[in-house]
Amino acid sequence: MGKIKQFFGRRSSWSIPYLIFMLIFVVLPLVLVVLYAFRDPSGKFTFDNIRTFINEKESVNTLVYSIGIALITTIICILLGYPAAYILSNSKFRSASVMVALFLIPMFINVLMRTLATVALFGFMKVPLGQATLIFGMVYNYLPFMILPIYTVLQKIDKSYREAAQDLGADNVKVFTKVTLPLSMPGVVSGIMMVFMPTISTFAIAELLTMNNIKLFGTIIQENINNGMWNYGALLSLIMLILIVVTNLFNDDKEEASAAGGLI
Amino acid sequence: MMKNFLAKAYVWILLVLLYAPMIVIAVFSFTEAKVLGNWTGFSTGLYRSLFTSGQHEALMAAVLNTLIIGLVASIVSTVLGTVSAIGIYNLRNKRFKSAMNTMNNIPILNADIITGVSLFLLFVSLGVTQGYVTLTICHITFCTPYVVLSVMPRLKQMNPNTFEAALDLGATPSQALRKVILPQIKSGMVSGFFLSFILSIDDFEVSVFNVGTNGLQTLSTYIYADSRKGGLTPELRPMITIVFIAVLAVLIVMNLRAKPSNQSNSQK
Repeated sequence: MGKIKQFFGRRSSWSIPYLIFMLIFVVLPLVLVVLYAFRDPSGKFTFDNIRTFINEKESVNTLVYSIGIALITTIICILLGYPAAYILSNSKFRSASVMVALFLIPMFINVLMRTLATVALFGFMKVPLGQATLIFGMVYNYLPFMILPIYTVLQKIDKSYREAAQDLGADNVKVFTKVTLPLSMPGVVSGIMMVFMPTISTFAIAELLTMNNIKLFGTIIQENINNGMWNYGALLSLIMLILIVVTNLFNDDKEEASAAGGLI
Repeated sequence: MMKNFLAKAYVWILLVLLYAPMIVIAVFSFTEAKVLGNWTGFSTGLYRSLFTSGQHEALMAAVLNTLIIGLVASIVSTVLGTVSAIGIYNLRNKRFKSAMNTMNNIPILNADIITGVSLFLLFVSLGVTQGYVTLTICHITFCTPYVVLSVMPRLKQMNPNTFEAALDLGATPSQALRKVILPQIKSGMVSGFFLSFILSIDDFEVSVFNVGTNGLQTLSTYIYADSRKGGLTPELRPMITIVFIAVLAVLIVMNLRAKPSNQSNSQK
């Protein structure tokens, strides 16, 4: 009895319930994704799902197309977001934090509502829905996720670095390309992480923005799961998962991943 | 001077563009036209019809489900996350500690769709019928990591000796916890709670796989189903507007609350 009391008295043992919870609801489900991916509907081990994926051009094409859309979205987000983050981080006026908050608020609005609002805006302006509106809508949705990490990193850069470069004779362009830009790269990398992967995997945004004419990789995962093709859906999820793991290897700063919480 | 003006103008134009969709929805929530874009005169009819009982039971039920699940999930996540953060913080075994942190990061780094699909497969293989309870568990799964991440920095800022000091001065461990640790990590818990609540009510991709087949709907899945049927219910316009303003209010309150503590930190 005394030992039990001692055990619960030790605060390190407080992590045990969460460990069990995570093993059941985080780790086990991912193991199941792998298991289902290599099974046929009767539960036998098989490579058929992979064969289908390779032979059936649709999934591969969708994956390539999704990566293309995600690349374009990410590049536009960097081109639009970097200057905004730079201006915000340089602004001396007190309202800078308010402005940053204004950029972040859309992140906390339901994705579907934001997307439907975007669709409504296109409808209002009589713009036909298609690939262009898809990219536009994606940029709308993910721009704040690019601005935030870049802003956070830019803000942390010690001003004296820039001053030192200026003292040593660098002009403004040189200061930016040789000092500010390289130092802000971790923020850009985090931003890419937060824009690129979600663009590939979302399904509702693409569906709503193109009247279901254009399918992204997330859409076909959802369609397979919904139509009872769990094994093939699991394989597609596994491919997505591998993509996420691989891209995460490039991004070792885990703290930035929680950037969505930076507002709070 | 000109450069400064251009910079400010750029930021403002971006902001206006970013908010344009929400503004359009909000403006057209005050007219009764079936299709968005037609202005048939100012009216609060949609708001009234939204709150008239019996007219939009399915939508209101979905809103209620969203709020209840959000509240339960964020309360449970806050308790579980805080207890776990204290536990993880006090772990001596470095390997175990980093394993816990890595596992905690999985739901954050993972794509929502994978979290949704994997939990769906879990419930299917366990033979559990999906419904209220399982959906709440799903939400707890992706909310708790954020609570752990918001409580952890507070624990790290704390002087570890204060707890020991309280014990030396005759406090029982539970007294020391309540009077010494909790007050110092409270702000992290509150942030974690609000963040969990917002994440939960905003969630779509995890919910859509885990609402089950018994007709359970959250606001997101309701909107999704509705938009698939073709034309949106016009009453969704006032609904979206209200949610937008509510989220805005929560964030403003949270930021006002966070300001003083930030300042005291920087003064140190």
